Amino acid sequence: MYEFFFVLIPRHFPFLLEGALVTLELSFLSMGFGLVLGLATALGRLSGKPWLDWPLKSYVEIWRDVPLIVQLMVIYFTLPTIGITLSGFWAGVLGLSLNLGAYLSEVFRAAIMSIDPGQRAAGMSIGMSKVMIYRRIIFPQAFRIAIPTIGGYFIALLKDSSLVSFISVNELLRNGNIIISNTFRNMEVYMMVAIIYFVLSFTASRLIRYLEHSLTPRYLRRQGRAAKALAPEVAVLP
Amino acid sequence: MTDEPLLSVRALHKSFGALHVLKGVDLSVRSGEVSFLIGPSGGGKSTLIRCINFLETPSRGEITFDGRSLCHEDGAVFHVAPERVLREARSEMPMVFQHFNLFTHRTVLENIIEGPVLVKRRRRDEAIADAERLLREVGLGDKADFYPEQLSGGQKQRVAIARALAMRPKLILFDEPTSALDPELVAGILDTIRGLADLGMTLVVVSHEMSFARKLADVVHFIADGTIVESGPPDRIFDNPESPRLSGFIRSILH
Repeated sequence: MYEFFFVLIPRHFPFLLEGALVTLELSFLSMGFGLVLGLATALGRLSGKPWLDWPLKSYVEIWRDVPLIVQLMVIYFTLPTIGITLSGFWAGVLGLSLNLGAYLSEVFRAAIMSIDPGQRAAGMSIGMSKVMIYRRIIFPQAFRIAIPTIGGYFIALLKDSSLVSFISVNELLRNGNIIISNTFRNMEVYMMVAIIYFVLSFTASRLIRYLEHSLTPRYLRRQGRAAKALAPEVAVLP
Repeated sequence: MTDEPLLSVRALHKSFGALHVLKGVDLSVRSGEVSFLIGPSGGGKSTLIRCINFLETPSRGEITFDGRSLCHEDGAVFHVAPERVLREARSEMPMVFQHFNLFTHRTVLENIIEGPVLVKRRRRDEAIADAERLLREVGLGDKADFYPEQLSGGQKQRVAIARALAMRPKLILFDEPTSALDPELVAGILDTIRGLADLGMTLVVVSHEMSFARKLADVVHFIADGTIVESGPPDRIFDNPESPRLSGFIRSILH
């Protein structure tokens, strides 16, 4: 029978929390950059200009088709040989942002394309500019459609950030590994690491659910049929 | 009514790729006039009114609205007015659509004040007062805070009409405003449109409601195969059609 060594928990928990803080920093920065990058890429591809579409399409394809760990290795270990040296942290942010941006660009593109062309026509017919139409009509509707999917990618990112431990960033998983290499108690430490990841992800998923709920017009929260069609997550809330 | 037409279209062409939809359309609309565009499906009626306010960009020809050229030809070169001019023209001739196209994420009131506040830069409180008055006029005074999803088709279309009126337009374009409505709701919309005509509003209406066209129109234009085949006052168009194409169309809709 394995003897659980509880005393390890209070002793090493602060060090793990330090790592968790770095995990959160990595994740939030990458989410911010990834959102901007994804939206810009989606808009570029929707602009209908071939000279813009081609490079952006290539970016999305390449970043989706190469494993994230390989991307991180290339950015951290290979870029210095051509004179670009990044710290592990910023290499991680760059890799995670580019990766998330590629996926989110497709989410945004799909959400924007799903808006009825009549909405745009109505905006045009009262003299709104393209910018106004995007800002006032397309984005608010597309964003609400995209939120659950974006949320899914955010949670995936939070967990994928553990791959950054391979390029020597002292985030949650790496700090866990450091403790294990000193104590040889992998059961306790990995349990703690797993619980911290779970708490972070679960909190994030509740926040996204709440955001989705608050972005849904009140009448849609009540009406069963419309709510089910438009916001399946919200419909099951009391 | 002045001699200069409010809207004038000359030799307008529109192609979608190889599909030549409008093949040289001439149309004049005077201020205060109610024009109906009738004709078979695919004849180019909707494309014409979508070209008039540049929801579709014409391929060739000339459009002048309220003294401003929206597009013209200079020799072989086709010129389109700058976006700013087109936007201003659109804001003065908004369109009411077959499928209403209300902004689904905004309340009835927000739908109506969007144009006045953003495009016309009117004060928000004035725009709201204006919108509430328009809503009462179309019989929806109690629906200001509803979302489009909560309204019937007829109510949605009346909101769309109020949204167009809120622009204080010089002309309103109607693209088959009753085609998507249940039969019992059609009369209400037609009454609303009739009310606008009685107030002297300039209207260009694409419609399949022939009896309505006959009662309300000053001029009826029959469009088929991308051209205006025949124009005239409703009595003459419906009772004494000259072209075989039009008499065939009239027969087909009466039986």
